[in-house]
Amino acid sequence: MVREVDRPSGRMRLRNARRNFLRLGAAAAGGALLGRAGGAAAASSPPAEPSWSMEVGPGVVDRPYGRPAKFESDVIRRDVPWLTASRQSSVSFSPLQSMCGIITPNGLFFERYHAGRVDADPRQHRLLIHGLVERPLVLSMDDIVRFPAVSRIHFIECPANGGMEWREAQLNSLQFTHGMIGCAEWTGVPLSTLLDEVGLRQEAKWVMVEGADGARMNRSLPLAKCLDDCLVVYGQNGEALRPEQGYPLRLLVPGWEGNVSVKWLRRIKLGDQPWFSREETSKYTDMMPDGRSRGFTWVNDAKSVITFPCPEKPVAGPGLYEIRGLAWSGHGKVKAVDVSFDGGVNWQTARLHDPILSKALTRFSMPWRWDGGPALLESRAVDETGYVQPTIAQLREERGTNSIYHNNAIQTWQIKPDGKVFNVQLG
Amino acid sequence: MFSSARHERFFVAARSPPRRRAVALACAFCLCGFAAAAGSPENFGYGKAATPAEIAGWDIDARGGDGAGLPAGKGDVSHGTEVFIQQCAPCHGTFGEGEGRYPKLIGGEGTFTGERPEPTVGSYWPFAPTLWDYIDRAMPFATPHTLSADDVYAVTAYILNFNNIVPGDFVADRDSLPKVKMPNHDNFSWEDPRPDTAATACMTNCIDPKAVKVISSAEGKDLTPRTSGPLDNMNAK
Repeated sequence: MVREVDRPSGRMRLRNARRNFLRLGAAAAGGALLGRAGGAAAASSPPAEPSWSMEVGPGVVDRPYGRPAKFESDVIRRDVPWLTASRQSSVSFSPLQSMCGIITPNGLFFERYHAGRVDADPRQHRLLIHGLVERPLVLSMDDIVRFPAVSRIHFIECPANGGMEWREAQLNSLQFTHGMIGCAEWTGVPLSTLLDEVGLRQEAKWVMVEGADGARMNRSLPLAKCLDDCLVVYGQNGEALRPEQGYPLRLLVPGWEGNVSVKWLRRIKLGDQPWFSREETSKYTDMMPDGRSRGFTWVNDAKSVITFPCPEKPVAGPGLYEIRGLAWSGHGKVKAVDVSFDGGVNWQTARLHDPILSKALTRFSMPWRWDGGPALLESRAVDETGYVQPTIAQLREERGTNSIYHNNAIQTWQIKPDGKVFNVQLG
Repeated sequence: MFSSARHERFFVAARSPPRRRAVALACAFCLCGFAAAAGSPENFGYGKAATPAEIAGWDIDARGGDGAGLPAGKGDVSHGTEVFIQQCAPCHGTFGEGEGRYPKLIGGEGTFTGERPEPTVGSYWPFAPTLWDYIDRAMPFATPHTLSADDVYAVTAYILNFNNIVPGDFVADRDSLPKVKMPNHDNFSWEDPRPDTAATACMTNCIDPKAVKVISSAEGKDLTPRTSGPLDNMNAK
């Protein structure tokens, strides 16, 4: 649970956490994650022997590329069929309710396509860098992999994550209210290395990045961000990118709206102005209550959500539980997460779990003794800039209900006396 | 500098003990900064120089603001009508009214302050050259980037015309498109004003408990696909 128990401070924290947890009373808990397994498994419980202990299983390389246990078949990406006209230009959502830690497994990372999934051949894929540069360059994947590599853990979040909740609580599901986010260890080359290599001309101020999908999806980025922390990546969690994530090459723009992390990256062009492409004018612009729109709203502000309990993972009955959740900020590290059980009247500071990384998912937890009464659970992230995650009411007051993007509101989960959990919004 | 210094950063960092590594990195950064200011020659030498023909093949972008990158060619409204009906109408409707849930390209003026805003090419898009660019790069949806430049100009002219933005005798080309003023052009701001909320990290008695009211719930709304079992194919709502 805590990775750095060897460090005295880490051990101390763990001990304190355990003490605080147990002080709340004897646990009648367990079963939060595996809630439904109990009854059906009785035939194999002691003293009986389970069938799998009475036989020899398949040998090594029975599955040369492994896959999850068959009992985990519910844990998959899912879509909202009524949301889009076709699955080729659509989005899927990650099952946050069933995930552990801060790393999103590659097979569960949310998808967003504009012209369907691309299966590009890495032997033929090329990256062209041109425009206001000294030496326009064509790079093969072999060339790109030769550059000094770095690995960094960052989230990617679609700015429309939570977009269906601007007007009212609509979807009764953590997967569908917050599942357009994933966090991975990405491996690749700093974009600054490649831009150094081609040599920037003095007039270069903007960078256009374009994908090799059928939509040739393209966005403009200011040069400063590209030189700061952008990566051109080919690795994701220890293996090559998945086709869903831009195999063989994508851009990673840490902390910024996911759409700019262009997948199947094939072209980088330097220019002196932004391009105002369709994806940064017609889409990915935020409509305000006066009818005007904001463009180039790139950063995903601090946000958090409780992942247990949630609509998909109700509470089994009164007793001791561990509230669990995720927090993140496009501006840097998460500094604190507070949890409320009464709809925001009072708050308590949650425990943050190591590692706490910049522009990455961060785990938080807090013990909770549920007495069986109604409760309104909320979490509130504060990032290292001091920014505090707002309520939906505060967001609406400023931005109305038509902006679709950048809903980073505090999520309220209503706990009913039977333990069921509902997505609600408070006035 | 010098490929040698860059390589040094690469290899020294891999072999040296931490303290020496830090010094080596610091030095490499100094050199890089210096060299970049002086206009350094290539560092790694990987890949190959892009030829003009290679660049021309992929250099398809047309910039919204000034139309830079729009190619030679032209197209008028009447030819655009023919191409549109053949290539675009199955999804977007004959006059851009949209089939099913495919995007509308017409209408929506005056809806942005209401409950159901309809941002379309006519009511929302701020730049005309972007329309050419997007049709050229991504349309038709099933066979993208297959129309000629002339056909893309023609379709662009037709869409602008049925939105009453250009007259029936309009000819779209690299000179005329950047001069088209889109109706919603001035209603965008391109500077991010956030943070625009002033939430505070209050810890106790932050609001009156009586003011805590559920004003909206997803309970009972038939909008959520199932999250166990096979994928949900629920119908449109």
